[in-house]
Amino acid sequence: MKKIVTLLLVAAMLVTSIAMLAGCGGETANEDFKIGFIFLHDENSTYDKNFLDAAKAATEELGLSAEQVIFKTNIPEGNECYEAAADLADQGCDIVFANSFGHEPYILKAAKEFPEVDFCHATGTTAHTEKVANFHNAFASIYEGRFLAGIAAGLKLNEMIDEGKITAEEAKMGYVGAFTYAEVISGYTSFYLGAKSVCPSVTMEVQFTGSWYDEALEKEAATKLLSNKCVLISQHADSMGAPTACENANVPNVSYNGSTKDACPNTFIVSSRIDWAPYFKYIINQRQKGEAIAYDWCEGFEAGSVALTEVNEQAAAEGTQAAIEDAKAKLIAGEIKVFDTNNFTVEGKKLESYLADVDTDANYEKDTEVIKDGYFHESEYRSAPYFDLQIDGITLLNSMF
Amino acid sequence: MNKLTNAVWNCFGKASIHIAKRDDIAWWKSWIIRVISVVMALIVCGFLTVALTDLNPIDVYVTMIKGAVGTPRLVWNLLQNTAILLCVSLAVTPAFKMRFWNIGAEGQVLIGGLATATCMIFLGEVVPGPVLIPMMFVISVIAGAFWAFIPAFFKARFNSNETLFTLMMNYIAIQIVAYFTLEWSVPKGSGTPRTLEFGQLPMLFGQKYLINIIVVILITVLMYIYLKYTKQGYEISVVGESENTARYIGINVKKVILRTMAISGAVCGIAGFLLVAGTDHSLKSDTAGGRGFTAIMVSWLAKFHPGFMVLTSLLIVFLEKGASKISEVYRLNSSFSDIITGIIIFFIIGSEFFINYKIKSNRKSKEEN
Repeated sequence: MKKIVTLLLVAAMLVTSIAMLAGCGGETANEDFKIGFIFLHDENSTYDKNFLDAAKAATEELGLSAEQVIFKTNIPEGNECYEAAADLADQGCDIVFANSFGHEPYILKAAKEFPEVDFCHATGTTAHTEKVANFHNAFASIYEGRFLAGIAAGLKLNEMIDEGKITAEEAKMGYVGAFTYAEVISGYTSFYLGAKSVCPSVTMEVQFTGSWYDEALEKEAATKLLSNKCVLISQHADSMGAPTACENANVPNVSYNGSTKDACPNTFIVSSRIDWAPYFKYIINQRQKGEAIAYDWCEGFEAGSVALTEVNEQAAAEGTQAAIEDAKAKLIAGEIKVFDTNNFTVEGKKLESYLADVDTDANYEKDTEVIKDGYFHESEYRSAPYFDLQIDGITLLNSMF
Repeated sequence: MNKLTNAVWNCFGKASIHIAKRDDIAWWKSWIIRVISVVMALIVCGFLTVALTDLNPIDVYVTMIKGAVGTPRLVWNLLQNTAILLCVSLAVTPAFKMRFWNIGAEGQVLIGGLATATCMIFLGEVVPGPVLIPMMFVISVIAGAFWAFIPAFFKARFNSNETLFTLMMNYIAIQIVAYFTLEWSVPKGSGTPRTLEFGQLPMLFGQKYLINIIVVILITVLMYIYLKYTKQGYEISVVGESENTARYIGINVKKVILRTMAISGAVCGIAGFLLVAGTDHSLKSDTAGGRGFTAIMVSWLAKFHPGFMVLTSLLIVFLEKGASKISEVYRLNSSFSDIITGIIIFFIIGSEFFINYKIKSNRKSKEEN
């Protein structure tokens, strides 16, 4: 009897140890892994949908189960964000990611409270100065994507000029912006410079809404630009307001955050967007390997972080796709620079030197020289854009601080 | 037969039931009706859950409870949110009891919060905390009271419509706060409010929300005493029942209106103070988060009784927190949890109908006649 019991015990121990070994050899580290996402809105906002889709794609590709990935949507930029982050940490998340600029102070607060969890924050600006070991910022060199989208816009303008629909002087674009803030300024300036690189006579008007997401205001702004005789519209705001206004007025639209072709089949040309999947894969891999996550991460075309949607042949000018591919290759090779100081002027003068506000402080002190080697070094000293110059050719109809 | 029963009788035509107003109902009966209504709401939501998703409704309810009270942090969060909602609800109550429809709590809270934020920004570095915090409190109270006093003044002086007036005052307050949010945003132009470092309410026993909760408990008790046992509280009830009666017995109605609205605004100011200094440490146009409107429901559901308001505000916050957990765990759009919350609240409000009216069988009532 004793023997049988001993045998059984030994057998049981063997089985358990083999199971444990197998577990170790397999994906034990992965099984305990958890990542939590905090989104400002839900999939009804193009901005958040872009993040949600990337998060789903990245976590599926890495084989994480639904239990390992927690989504918190509609988290406002307030104390609720801190509570959400802390709750995710309580639920055992190894990484907590937040997607809105205004989440930053609350995520930073949580990062200080939970040093064992990595907190990653998109579009933020303070990680490189705060130097909290587990707090990280990320962005992408989206200005390069905007530049390519601008080329598509410029080619469309050229087509209109060639067809005699407008004169070269009438090549005026409209841009719906959220706030008069570096991220938006950098975006519309690179878009304008892209258009100008193929259509030298182009000008642009910018109307700000004072909100990142307000469908009615964005539509209203687009309508105002159209009544100002803008012949092409682009936007940096997150609702369908501007694209819809364009489709209704049958005016071409260059979109952002993703394709709006389904809703606007006749007017959607192309859209630039940040693909967050490479970043998500990067942070998950680093954490699982036990390696540090960069405190300020910024990638572009090569990592797949900046992407352009398919060109809509219905609306775009002929040869758009080829021109985009060509310029993209040159950007990657470093042959052309988006903010080449030969290509723009400020108050009629070429720019030789500029101090940008790279290190965030309450007094917005300009602190870093960003013009070197004949171009403005965007997103190099920190991931979030800091190009905030008003260049010639672009008229701001209002400003929203 | 009274008029109402007649009207209902006509509506029902040949139906075999009719509705009559109850004279009085035992407290335990009314609570049985309330509990039944909640149970029925849960059953209806259960069917809906099965119909729209393939989830087990019991699991959904368990998730909901976990989302509201699953961890100590969540419990504190629940209590803190309840405290703020309760504070705003208490604030609108004296006005409501007076039949003065103060729909402007949202704006009054924001103006109180703006006063707090202004102190934190401009005096934060100059004045030490122990002096600053009482200053912030007093100034917020004055600011909130002032904001509520404006519509009250026009009501008392020109008999303007207070519902519209207070409602419109919200939008003015929201725009003023939006302006300063942008003005003070860091980095400038981003629209992101700055974190207010100085003058934050301290932790108590290691709990950051405890002060908020204690302050609101105090206000609850004081409001109960004020409404039930003081002369001013009695004046409010009389003016609410009938202004003519109030005048007849020598109550200065205008004075009561002005005073009561100032109190209403002052308590809203405290809510703004607690939100900005106690929890958010920042100010935005949505800092009040719609509580100024939710408070109306909380106050009505509790029939203006501060004690019951503790329960109704807890219920609403509980549902809200539980609902967001549902969308988190099952990855459902938040609309689904909003529908569930809506149905539950609808049933609870509906239960008041059965508490105030009874349904009688026609045949029986004919015999009675």
